[in-house]
Amino acid sequence: MSESPICFGLYVPPQPHPLLVPEQNEGWGQLRSAFDTARQRIEESDADLILVYSTTWPSVIGHQIQAHPEPEWTHVDDDFHFLGSMPYKFKMDSDFAHGYNENCGERGLHSRTIAYDGFPIDTGSVVALKLLNPDNRIPACIVSSNVYSNRAESIVLGKAARDTLQQQGKKAVVVVVATLSNRMFTEHIEPKDDRIHSAKDEEWNQKIMEFFGQGRLEDLSQLSREIHGQIRVQKVVAYKPVWWMAATMGQSNNYKGEVLAYAALHGSGGAVIQLTPTAGSIGDKEFDEDDVEVYSGDRDVLDKGMN
Amino acid sequence: MGEIVAGCIAPHPPHVVYADNPPQNEPNSEGGWETLRWGYAKLANKLKTLDYDALVIFTPHWQTYIGTHFLGLPHFKSKSVDPVFPNLFQFNYDLGVDVELSRAMHDAAKDAGMVTMMMENQDFRIDYGTIVSAHMLNRDWDKPIVPISSNRSRHYYSVEVMNEQARALGRACRKAILESDKRVVLVSTHSLSHRHFTTEPPIPEDMSKQHIYNHSNYVWDMKLIDLMREGKMQEVIDLMPEFTEQTMAETDSGSISWMMEALGMPDYPAEIYGYQSVIGTGNVVAAWDPNPETREVVL
Repeated sequence: MSESPICFGLYVPPQPHPLLVPEQNEGWGQLRSAFDTARQRIEESDADLILVYSTTWPSVIGHQIQAHPEPEWTHVDDDFHFLGSMPYKFKMDSDFAHGYNENCGERGLHSRTIAYDGFPIDTGSVVALKLLNPDNRIPACIVSSNVYSNRAESIVLGKAARDTLQQQGKKAVVVVVATLSNRMFTEHIEPKDDRIHSAKDEEWNQKIMEFFGQGRLEDLSQLSREIHGQIRVQKVVAYKPVWWMAATMGQSNNYKGEVLAYAALHGSGGAVIQLTPTAGSIGDKEFDEDDVEVYSGDRDVLDKGMN
Repeated sequence: MGEIVAGCIAPHPPHVVYADNPPQNEPNSEGGWETLRWGYAKLANKLKTLDYDALVIFTPHWQTYIGTHFLGLPHFKSKSVDPVFPNLFQFNYDLGVDVELSRAMHDAAKDAGMVTMMMENQDFRIDYGTIVSAHMLNRDWDKPIVPISSNRSRHYYSVEVMNEQARALGRACRKAILESDKRVVLVSTHSLSHRHFTTEPPIPEDMSKQHIYNHSNYVWDMKLIDLMREGKMQEVIDLMPEFTEQTMAETDSGSISWMMEALGMPDYPAEIYGYQSVIGTGNVVAAWDPNPETREVVL
């Protein structure tokens, strides 16, 4: 068995509170501390790359991959502009981005690299990279989340990332930027009053963290459709980040899981979670959803059977 | 006393700016989407004949989940790069905001019980929906704008809730405008049906590749346009939940519901300036002129 190209994976929240105002709420401060712990672990790893999949970077034309060597801007969040500005200058691994793009094509996906001055890098990616890699010690790459893509496409997108790591002989820390439950309060709240939006969201968040804590990544991947129905505001067609994470890291439960922090972020569930590949596994389930190697597009079921 | 002198549906695919090759936009094209752009040009010419102080633009691409936000600073200068079509739209803008009117609408909405906020961060980047529609309606940029964010109540609740909340916001904005001394043009910037192709031709302006995503969306778009021509806007708004669900329409932002309520729910015919598909979506340029003496039958 070849050595895994993954040092470890992180699941982190996109909201700017841990970056901009961690002192305003105890939970936000705990998330910030967990980001700091993760940053230190990245520094101590032998990672060549930080590979980010961000749910706050939606795309329409296939999958977009950030390839600008040094994107620079001052970002402001659409909702939380009053918390402050986020100036950034990142270092990207353009070679990896181009290789990833080529491998997406090999696996039937439509994708493209993005390298434009002033391109709006999303809040989640900015927060993650500023907190996890503040000195740009390790180059990064960011991939978008296509609004129309579903399971097959997300799985294949992850496999193309793994292909590229293996081809280029690079080791990566994989970062998924997403909340657990994503329902925020729709009105202003005082920082001290922040809490998970509902008991149902809290219960599901605890269940997801239990699985993460046990390293059951593939189990969570298989549960994604259920999670989407239960605790995700239906902005997109599916809850995809764990599909991509599992396909990139390896579709198994062979991980050591650690929930570093969990707190409400304006009602949504924010957690910093680490998954490290191990030899052992956990769980008692087998799955019958198809594993997908190559994306062959829509099945055009609407046009079949008409003649 | 203030007045609403017109309301416009002004779609914002960046393709129309890209195709126009204005000096502010860095990419260059060989044209494309003429039916939309010529329609836009005719509507822009009409607006030149109207006496107005500001464009009030409800935009789906400033998406807020915590209420409705209004711009609270008078001047923004920066570059807008479309996150979805960055190859087409890298637009250098320098624009003015009518903060007095913006705050008046904010206050009216707040007084009516809505969750609102003024956006006062100078680093904030203006969304491309606002910029595309403002540019196509007023290429001289000689009027201030008042962008209003789109509260995503459709996602959090339902299309029906979106419709009602947007209409309430429209009533509040109408009140604020009429109580001001401003003459304004309202802009509802969005496509009708909004299912995109997920691939792009090598030459984006290759018009041989442009068509509606599916026939169902086309039929729905035409149904709405027919109702607009007949002046049946109450029926359009009543149909809005079903239309939005069936065609993944960008009306999920609430913008047309907002504008129709602010216009007082027109029962007179719309001026239709053009309809065309852009990467699968259905787009109409249309206007409502409350003044029967200047109202035209365009198409």
